[in-house]
Amino acid sequence: MTDREVCITGYGLLSPLGETPAAWWAALNDSAAWRARIDEAATAPFPIHTIGDYDLAAQVPRPGDRRAMGPMMQYGAYAAGLALDSAGLKGDDDLLRQTHMIVASGGGERDLELDRLILEGAPGRGERDARNEWITAQMADGLRPTLFLAQLPNLFAGNISIVHKVAGSSRTFMGEEVAGADALRIAHRRLASGQGEIFLVGAAFAAERPEIQISYNAGGMLLRGGFADLWSRPDAGICFGAAGAFLVLESRESAATRGVAVRAVLRGVESDRTDRRTGDPAETARRQLEWLGAWPAGPDTAVLSGASGAGATAGITAAERRFLEGLAAGTPVRGMAQAVGHAVEAAFLQNVILAAACVEQGQIFAPLSPDAPVEAAGAGPVARALVTGWGHVRGEALALVEGTG
Amino acid sequence: MTDSRDPFARAVAVTGVGMITSLGRGVAENWRRLTAGDSGIRRIARFPTEGLRTQIAGCVDFMDVDPVTIPALSRAMAEAVSDEAVAASGIAADGAIDGDLFLAAPPIEHDWESRFDLLDTVDPGGGPYARGDGAAGTEETLPWHREFLNGSLADRLAARHGCTGSPITLTTACASGASAIQLGVESIRRGERPAALCIGTDGSINSESLIRFALLSALSTKNDPPEQAAKPFSRNRDGFVMAEGAAALVLEHPDHAKARGAPVLGWILGCGEAADTFHRTRSNPDGGAIVRSMAGAIADAGLAPADIGYINAHGTGTPENDKMEYLGITEVFGEHGGRLAVSSNKSMIGHTLTAAGAVEAVATVQALGDGLLPPTINYRDPDPNIELDVVPNEARAQKVEFALSNSFGFGGQNVSLVLAAAG
Repeated sequence: MTDREVCITGYGLLSPLGETPAAWWAALNDSAAWRARIDEAATAPFPIHTIGDYDLAAQVPRPGDRRAMGPMMQYGAYAAGLALDSAGLKGDDDLLRQTHMIVASGGGERDLELDRLILEGAPGRGERDARNEWITAQMADGLRPTLFLAQLPNLFAGNISIVHKVAGSSRTFMGEEVAGADALRIAHRRLASGQGEIFLVGAAFAAERPEIQISYNAGGMLLRGGFADLWSRPDAGICFGAAGAFLVLESRESAATRGVAVRAVLRGVESDRTDRRTGDPAETARRQLEWLGAWPAGPDTAVLSGASGAGATAGITAAERRFLEGLAAGTPVRGMAQAVGHAVEAAFLQNVILAAACVEQGQIFAPLSPDAPVEAAGAGPVARALVTGWGHVRGEALALVEGTG
Repeated sequence: MTDSRDPFARAVAVTGVGMITSLGRGVAENWRRLTAGDSGIRRIARFPTEGLRTQIAGCVDFMDVDPVTIPALSRAMAEAVSDEAVAASGIAADGAIDGDLFLAAPPIEHDWESRFDLLDTVDPGGGPYARGDGAAGTEETLPWHREFLNGSLADRLAARHGCTGSPITLTTACASGASAIQLGVESIRRGERPAALCIGTDGSINSESLIRFALLSALSTKNDPPEQAAKPFSRNRDGFVMAEGAAALVLEHPDHAKARGAPVLGWILGCGEAADTFHRTRSNPDGGAIVRSMAGAIADAGLAPADIGYINAHGTGTPENDKMEYLGITEVFGEHGGRLAVSSNKSMIGHTLTAAGAVEAVATVQALGDGLLPPTINYRDPDPNIELDVVPNEARAQKVEFALSNSFGFGGQNVSLVLAAAG
């Protein structure tokens, strides 16, 4: 089987860095810009990286479509629109009918207002039967069909199909960080082997969602109080960041036939499952780097780390930092969550988009955590970029992005 | 054969199957009852249904799970059916499978009881969704976090069976089970791994999910008698019946199966899919996406529509689905559509949602292998606008070489599989 080359011909990113590649680049080189998007009050005690105002109607013109989505799906539909614009696919119904979509979603979106009413008003815990009866009545009266459809996770992709007319297929992966990497891996493999010509791959994450914060807080994962630098956080070190991140991937042949510019080449995507009680994620990552021919990196290879911040002292983020410090001297490493927060399912894809921007520029931006030894190598020219995606509890992924040659 | 391609050139072997539905545990028991025309639909006993318009479902109430929550029941069924399929295939003789795992599963959502428990534990005094006074997580609450991650079940199953690679959890709503199989077929065809373990599981009947589907007017409200509520292709059909279940298939490259002398139960010859951009819950009235899905699967198999002898229909029994599926069949098959056998397992086991595509693929493998087509029961009042041979009410002995299995879902999901008898 001869692998075909997989090209990135479009991307769309809605993030704390802004919307355009110029804005991302400026923000990544100016910490004041991304620090301005950190909100320590909105969901205190947990700081989050926010997107700020954006014009959803520019990508989702119909009010009914906008109402059918919660913030996560809105971020995704918006970023998907940007990506299709960037690849010159928007409005080309013939090509969109053949475009396959793979997304990663953290589940659907609940009607938070109704949940809040139920949690506030329900009878106490001693009255279980009465409480269940009361909840059933509240839901029967309170659920709005348009909104609770968003509770189906595949409606994330379904809404994008409706809004942007992507009709080749739609598949939704779930499973936190590695789900985003697996979406990209499957699209890459299908393209490389000829199982499709054009793919839209993406994910989104809403940092402010209370039920997700409560779950991660229960896991002892969330940073509390003020913002702290990524690599020197406590083990409870995740600071969520909002994002919508979509890429258009296509075969070199398809890009040439369409006459569309290739922004970068997605050389490979690896993802694995390491038993973290008995195995070592660093060994998995080293094997992935060797497999992609990128071990042990070096000054011409930017490394955009997706370290979440969980276990920053003694856990998984600390383990990844030690691994990255073991790469060849002078390898420029950047812990991306410092500037954009941790976007869970969307983190890996966001970082792949920023990696593509790096190889387009032929540059890596300045360290995001200048005091951290792991980010000692400064700004400089690069020919390729690696993206790591080690999940906060499972999954290790790696992508290699190269220039168009 | 009107196509010059060899339909078996890219075939993927099915070497092990497992199944649980409201009819029982195991493929043998399910197949016996599916071909006997039994119904697994009952009054819901799991929670009070007074005041709800729909009070029936195909619950799986015989698993050793207490309390019954969506994650716990979905997990127990997935483990049981994958154990059955893996054992039947003999593929994990050395305790591992050189194949990927694809799991179709419902999203993990906190049911209300666990939500209250958690808020009582982690957020004392903080008020609903107020994070201000909430305590940080502890060793005690960490397992709760892991339990409610969407990736946890696939991770456990991959460890249980020794699968390779990164296990994938996916949803395409009511087409999910078929999508899991499609991902496995693609992986094997790419030559990445010689095998794949594809699982669909869904144990999500609780009051909230029942209310959600009822609000879409998707569910039958003919509560009495429960076993007659699911009436696919009938004039008086009034919605689907929610149900639980799971199924697993071990897929293998034919060379791999042959080399280890594995039993081949049937073949997956082709997969088709299409996204509908028309509406969140309804198909485009032109049936375009359904047509592309079915025609795509048949073309992918290297067959022509006239080669298909049986369709295991999506056949939910909603007025909309059955009308659109019939329209799609007419478009794809023309006159042959009226001669085909087309039956709906959902008339007996209800709609197993995320699991349905896998459950019905296993039923199709059984039908092809046994030369016995499962019936569409409750077919007493045919819809005069749906002129199909629905294998009414009783199973039919009929040898079929090639079959199509359809799965459609909200959000514009359409997936079709073409299967062949082992022979």
